[in-house]
Amino acid sequence: MSSALSFQSLRKTYGATVAVDDLSLTVEEGEIFGLIGPNGAGKTTAVECALGLRQPDAGTVRVLGMDPQEASSQAFYQRVGTQLQESALPDRITVRETINLFASFYPSTADSEALLDRWGLADKQHASFASLSGGQKQRLFVVLALVHDPDLVVLDEISTGLDPDARHQVRNRLREVRANGTTVVLVTHFMDEAQALCDRVALMNQGRCVALDAPSALIDELDASYRVWFDAPSDFDLDPLRTADDIQSVELVDGHVQARGGDDLLTAVVHRLADANVSPNDLHAERATLEDVFLTLTDDSQLPTSSSPDLRD
Amino acid sequence: MKAFLTLTWTESKLFLREPAATFFTLGFPLLLLFAFGTIFGNGPASAPGNVGYTTRALPGYVALTIGALSLLSLPITLATQRDQGILRRFRVTPLRPTTVLGTQAAVNLFMLVVSTVLLLVAALTYDVPLPSSVLLATGALLFTGTAFLSLGFLLGALMPTARAAQSVGMALFFPMLFLSGAAIPQFLFPDWLTTASLALPLTHVTRLLQDAWLHGQWNGTAALVLAGTGLTSTVVAAWAFQWS
Repeated sequence: MSSALSFQSLRKTYGATVAVDDLSLTVEEGEIFGLIGPNGAGKTTAVECALGLRQPDAGTVRVLGMDPQEASSQAFYQRVGTQLQESALPDRITVRETINLFASFYPSTADSEALLDRWGLADKQHASFASLSGGQKQRLFVVLALVHDPDLVVLDEISTGLDPDARHQVRNRLREVRANGTTVVLVTHFMDEAQALCDRVALMNQGRCVALDAPSALIDELDASYRVWFDAPSDFDLDPLRTADDIQSVELVDGHVQARGGDDLLTAVVHRLADANVSPNDLHAERATLEDVFLTLTDDSQLPTSSSPDLRD
Repeated sequence: MKAFLTLTWTESKLFLREPAATFFTLGFPLLLLFAFGTIFGNGPASAPGNVGYTTRALPGYVALTIGALSLLSLPITLATQRDQGILRRFRVTPLRPTTVLGTQAAVNLFMLVVSTVLLLVAALTYDVPLPSSVLLATGALLFTGTAFLSLGFLLGALMPTARAAQSVGMALFFPMLFLSGAAIPQFLFPDWLTTASLALPLTHVTRLLQDAWLHGQWNGTAALVLAGTGLTSTVVAAWAFQWS
């Protein structure tokens, strides 16, 4: 199987700041691949190197077998589609004019009517760019990224500004894009999106790739892949839980007890509670998520909130 | 070629949807034509020599259009497109950089021709004759337009933001408008001011157009100054231009 995108020992610095440091990873053809990590982790810089917008200081980049710095922009951008952070269109251009304009840049294009329909913009054809909502603008940029039916599409923070319903729609549409034969690289700070959608994710922190695997595999690798929550009486002694072998950690969070551990966590907690003759309220167990992987591997970092999109790395 | 034509057509429509650009390029020259035409008329005694005021002023209104396109519309468009990431978005398509910039040149030259035709038709109201040599007049129009638009590319390359382009463009445009002979004929100026106005590049546009349109002559000095300005601007603009 050939790779759609690969970085080998990629390094990029801005003055004294090392944005990407010794990054190596390979995206296979036909994957939905997620690039995740805290703000400033180097995700956007890596993507910009892949798109030929920035020249790496060291290392190699291959996109569909091409070197973005060497390939002619005709050959390169005919096969690669992209939606960039921080881009816009003229205020007074209409959706239809935009599609026609971008379609004219390529020798062959996808069915633009179908694209507009699929991405919910069919009734906005004559609306000006300035009159679109944030989510509609975002979807228009995705349509522009797909207008020439590329082999690889790179989407940088596609879900920023979308409401939960729209994000759900976008996930389904992206699965269709992949089913159509297009490899998808997704830069995102929505962990639920990456977990639900991506075949594999690379977690970047401080310019390096700190984890690379399928989301479920990364969760399995956590020491504490399960969590148990319950409410206990205020005089409940936590020490027996803390000393139990199968329980990794116990803490009080907002008056609730939270225990973390591996596959045997729930049994262990229930045993200890029975031993103490405590019948807990509101007990529930949950499997760890990609967010826990993120928090564990990027320790000192905070998960960015949905209202603060990733800064340019 | 399809990309160039579609982009030129789209940019032309966007140009006409921008009220300020449309006014300064198509409305303002006509406004001056009718305002000064009403005040001074075009009789034999309305200006020195045997040429009527409005006939004599018409090439100046064309020069004014060239100034508005080059100092306002082009640099503001380029700086805005850079500011908003539009140029950056174009960079990740097969579009060649020269196509993007060539389109801007084509749109602005097209608007210049449209404005000139409108002026010529409107000037019929005052019995202004067509230039004695239409070929020479057309050549002068395209030469001055191209040379001066280079200055617009230079401004568009140097201005960091759309706001800066707007402020600097206005600060350059209005003095040139009044002092280059484009809006107010220089026979009304004291001699020292006429001499000083030679420092303004638009003065040479006005003179070259006047000599070509009114006398059928090619003003070599003005052509040399404009060619120098145009080449220097192009070289510096190409060196300084940033896509994002």
